[in-house]
Amino acid sequence: MLSRVAESIYWMCRYIERADSVARLINVNLNFILDAPSGQTEQWEPLVNITADDAWFKKKYGRATRHAVTTFLTCDRDYPNSIVSCLRAARENARSVREVISMEMWEFLNRFYLEVNQAVAAGTDELYSSMDFLATMRHYGTLLAGCLDNTMSREEPWYFGRLGQLVERADKTSRSLDVKYFHLLPSVQDVGSTLDENQWAALLRSASSFQMYRQKYGRIAPDKVVEFLLLDRNFPRAILHCITRAEEYLHAISGTPMGSFSNAAEQHIGQLRAELAYAGTTEILRTGLHEYLDQFQTKLNRVGSSIHDVYFALQPTTSR
Amino acid sequence: MIANPTAFLTPESGVIGFTQYAQDGFFDELIGEDGAPRAAARPLVERLERLTYGELLGRQRAAERALLHLGITFQVYSDAQGTEKIFPFDIIPRIIDAAEWRQVEKGLKQRIHALNLFIDDIYHEQRILKEGVIPHELILGAKSFRAACVGLNPPHGIWCHITGTDLVRDRDGTLYVLEDNLRCPSGVSYVIENRRIMKSTFPSLFQNTPIRSVGDYPGRLLDTLLHLAPPGIKNPQAVILTPGMYNSAYFEHSFLAQQMGVELVEGRDLVVFDGHVHMRTTGGFERVDVIYRRVDDDFLDPDVFRPDSMLGVPGLMQVYREGRVALANAPGNGIADDKAVYAYVPDMIRFYLGEDTILPNVPTHLCSREKDLAHVLAHLGEMVVKPVNESGGYGMLVGPAASAAECAAFAEKIKANPRNFIAQPTLGLSRAPVIVEGQLEGRHVDLRPYILYGKDIFVLPGGLTRVALRKGSLVVNSSQGGGSKDTWVLADAPHPGAATVC
Repeated sequence: MLSRVAESIYWMCRYIERADSVARLINVNLNFILDAPSGQTEQWEPLVNITADDAWFKKKYGRATRHAVTTFLTCDRDYPNSIVSCLRAARENARSVREVISMEMWEFLNRFYLEVNQAVAAGTDELYSSMDFLATMRHYGTLLAGCLDNTMSREEPWYFGRLGQLVERADKTSRSLDVKYFHLLPSVQDVGSTLDENQWAALLRSASSFQMYRQKYGRIAPDKVVEFLLLDRNFPRAILHCITRAEEYLHAISGTPMGSFSNAAEQHIGQLRAELAYAGTTEILRTGLHEYLDQFQTKLNRVGSSIHDVYFALQPTTSR
Repeated sequence: MIANPTAFLTPESGVIGFTQYAQDGFFDELIGEDGAPRAAARPLVERLERLTYGELLGRQRAAERALLHLGITFQVYSDAQGTEKIFPFDIIPRIIDAAEWRQVEKGLKQRIHALNLFIDDIYHEQRILKEGVIPHELILGAKSFRAACVGLNPPHGIWCHITGTDLVRDRDGTLYVLEDNLRCPSGVSYVIENRRIMKSTFPSLFQNTPIRSVGDYPGRLLDTLLHLAPPGIKNPQAVILTPGMYNSAYFEHSFLAQQMGVELVEGRDLVVFDGHVHMRTTGGFERVDVIYRRVDDDFLDPDVFRPDSMLGVPGLMQVYREGRVALANAPGNGIADDKAVYAYVPDMIRFYLGEDTILPNVPTHLCSREKDLAHVLAHLGEMVVKPVNESGGYGMLVGPAASAAECAAFAEKIKANPRNFIAQPTLGLSRAPVIVEGQLEGRHVDLRPYILYGKDIFVLPGGLTRVALRKGSLVVNSSQGGGSKDTWVLADAPHPGAATVC
């Protein structure tokens, strides 16, 4: 398939995933606040930290109030990673490849975009508190993921789409884990208080993993939450799961057998997957989760840039 | 006292009727001069008369919603505001009966045949100039004449593979050719999508009316393209070359690529090396054999045409010249849709085919001819004057709608460069009913059928009926308030109840 088309599908799916995870974060935080003991200050700053665009935010909005953060994350057209901007980018990418993606994929993405724009046009004050809006987001996010899986052949367009989705998802899970863990750290010794448990539950919920976690571990314990979100092999938003799948799809694209590599993208993701697959939670927590996740993100970025070099930026060789 | 129940009817619940329908002296495509529906339109009118206005409006809205959801839109201004509009669509179709269509089809085939011979002649022997049928300077001085194409031999001698010819009907019912669009005619995707929407709008009519299908156009287009592949290639690869997603016809480019199952490429996806055109793919470079280009000549190859073009492919024309890639439409074919050359098409038909023209031209005055110029200047207020090298309705003067001052100013422009203008009498374009505010009203329409020239010449039975939605307006271009309608060409014998393939 055309390199440009592969790149557009990859980014289309990254942006859909990005919009989806931002919506989930806001939703969880709103829910969390409704549960929090009255008098407690609302915590919105961590959401800004997760984006890693703190400086950008401070310059435009100043203090991290509920209104400022939700506006920033949902409907700020100037901020490239707001929900509105992500959907616009996803749709622009889709528009440039609509002959390759399935008709359903295009149609639902288009409707998603139109509806979100309509909601945004209706006014930010309505929007930020609107659980309705976030429910719509969840609905379409699920719909699009289903479309990708159920309407497209397991061929290159699908593989590149899934790659984009998985790389983005691994990135977002690692960021929210990092930020939340950092904010919760002071209370790690303080095990057992209601707030604490609610905080950890919120982290699990933001990755839609609360129920699956309960089924596997029952009681909420910080080290188990880390183990689940970072190293679970079977939960679809767990980092190891994402990286394992992404490695498989890269190999499906090139036809190279697993266990070997034919290009830099396969090499880098293989190394990353192996590190995670043989890591242990206790060890990670002892040496520092933040350092570990920081390194993980650097390595994940390297995977992203090698995918770009190998598949999207092909150059004719010298004699040409 | 019991009030007359009709007094309670809102406009929504009123029934559709043509009794109040005014024709204002124009030819109407559906309703005859006697106020009764034309034979071909009778089943449609009967169906409409069984609907309330509210029901009709409901179907109109449903059709618009479907177009919006499918993203069949064009951009109004900044996309950031989410302001995309659908190309306005009116669900009342235009209907053409089988006998009339036979004439149209014959006339279009004749015209395309002659135009193609003309282009080939111009870039080779120039017999038609040598024999004095068309003046030399008219051709060699035209902006659309491409010196770079002299002596080129496109595959099978075909220069105009895909054409969209604009037809209009005057008050007396005669169909005229208004323009030949040979370069990159657009709109066929609307023909196909409009039809798809119409089948869910009036399903029962499709079951009971022998409407000819337009659905096989993409397949035929693919055949036309593959026919051009250089000889000896086993699985030739065709692609569509688009200027990109910000082009106003991008939807069509992507639609056609999807329907034909070919790659939609941009200039930056293609590279010329080793004497071939290649595209960049995730599996390396792949050779390309046929390019349906929707990029104008000027931008096609910066080595040969405009050097500042970012949309083209450097080296493309050299590969084309060597016969290792085919281009549709052939570069240089714009010489035949120059509006001054248009006036000579009946002469071409006589010259190359020895036949009389089946579909007449609109009488045309060339301002480059002294006698014509004097006549045009004396009657400016009654004429439509067009620059020869523009399209989309730009830069023209509609005499009857212009003020004396505007006419005077335009006269100066003509005198400064007579070669650049043609003039035609203002036609009373035919009308068709459209849904407006609680009733049906006549609006002016034209018709663009699509013609493919491959192994033979194929005319798609249908076409884009463009409609000037503004009351009284004669301008059907979408940039100026135009919309579209589905065009139903009927098959010869009706088979009531037979399954239709559309």
